[in-house]
Amino acid sequence: MYGDPTADADPSVAFGHDMPFYTRDWHFDPYHQRLTVARRGAPDAVHFDTEWGNWEVFIQEKRGEHHTHAGTLHAPDAEMAIMLAKENYARRGPCVNIWVVPEDAIAASAYEDADMFEHTTDKMYRDPAGFQGLRKKAQAGKERVGDEAAAGGNP
Amino acid sequence: MVMMSELPLGPLPDVPEATSDPEALIAFEGRIARGERIEPGDWMPADYRRQLTRLIQQHANSELMGALPEGMWIPFAPSFKRKLALIAKVQDEVGHALYLYRAAETLGKPRTQMIEELLNGTSKYSNVFNYPAETWGDIAMIGWLIDGAAVVNQTIMATGSYGPYARALKRITYEEAFHLKQGYDVTVALATGTQLQRDMAQEAFNRWWWPTMMFFGPPDKQSVHTGILHRWGVKPKSNDEQRQEFLRKFVPKMIELGFDIPDKDLRKDPQTGDWIITQPDWDEFKRVINGDGPMNKERLALRRLIYDESSWLRTALDRHVPLPAAA
Repeated sequence: MYGDPTADADPSVAFGHDMPFYTRDWHFDPYHQRLTVARRGAPDAVHFDTEWGNWEVFIQEKRGEHHTHAGTLHAPDAEMAIMLAKENYARRGPCVNIWVVPEDAIAASAYEDADMFEHTTDKMYRDPAGFQGLRKKAQAGKERVGDEAAAGGNP
Repeated sequence: MVMMSELPLGPLPDVPEATSDPEALIAFEGRIARGERIEPGDWMPADYRRQLTRLIQQHANSELMGALPEGMWIPFAPSFKRKLALIAKVQDEVGHALYLYRAAETLGKPRTQMIEELLNGTSKYSNVFNYPAETWGDIAMIGWLIDGAAVVNQTIMATGSYGPYARALKRITYEEAFHLKQGYDVTVALATGTQLQRDMAQEAFNRWWWPTMMFFGPPDKQSVHTGILHRWGVKPKSNDEQRQEFLRKFVPKMIELGFDIPDKDLRKDPQTGDWIITQPDWDEFKRVINGDGPMNKERLALRRLIYDESSWLRTALDRHVPLPAAA
């Protein structure tokens, strides 16, 4: 639409002659000066030049609460990982503290072994829900004791 | 932001592929039928890995490229509040690219390779970013219509079967809700403003209506690989279903704001409540995917330039001496 960005500049044609005014007039702005460079001479191929390790990011929303896993990122070291974690995972919402952990420092159980978390017996005895109807029992017991006392005829 | 259902397959990720294993396949499909999420180390069919890698990679590319048309408008935002919101939005888009490249990497393809494929044009991104943002009205429409379509699409994809992608999308849709509000706010301000503002909004609306209709991909009857992608929970709803969901949400709002919809034959099916649209120019859609859109060359050239210009920073980070760890 606005000419071939990779073609060499043709000095006989004013740059941007085919652009709308707002594109042509942007050149006072450094960002759009770069756009001019991009139109004319951006490299055809760029090779990715870095590959950093993965870090797992944990965010603590409030002092005293647990850190919770927020996501992962690439970083050259822990210091940069914390900085990047702040930008990526603490942009909004509360955060008072960040942990970053190298991915390969994490050991995990296998999903294939998930049966080891299953209970062989009923574990209701270690659950509050396993203890039901106590108020009623207490009430009934109290009444029974009261009745017996009345029938026993304390003087 | 996404539109990748019909884009061509990229190169295969360089990982040892699971060969066909009927028993494992039955177990895999059973897990998906039960609503279980598939995690990185799990057995998965080679096709599942390939399709997901392609999908997530193109989605990540779209987030990164989507920052460009809006980023260009940051210096020209009409007020300080609008400028702050736009900066925040553009930063979010780049952050979303990070979440998604990380999710794609868990399938075995290194990020280096994915960035290189984006820069050399072998991996695609959403067509909508190959259209120009000519006025502030276009920023309103990108924020309202394109982000609106993206939220519909991503909310659906977040119910998909691959754990890392679904988790990334959960975070992304949460953040995109702000983008949508921001776009709607700008749109309402223009659509209820002066005659000049209303004209600007309507002209931008006319430019973005058809790309928005193309956003979800070609109609289902032309779609080649919806069947298996649906069964494997890669694509929980079809292109047409997603488009309908968008239309049901947005057409009433368009009418409410007084926009004149360029599709003169748009009408509601009284039985189903579906919106019947005039099909956009799918030949144009294919041309733009294959590199011949109004802004393809410029957007990629700028992306390459930015990558090239920030090379010194990556080198510096690589060589800097970290502080001793805290005791």
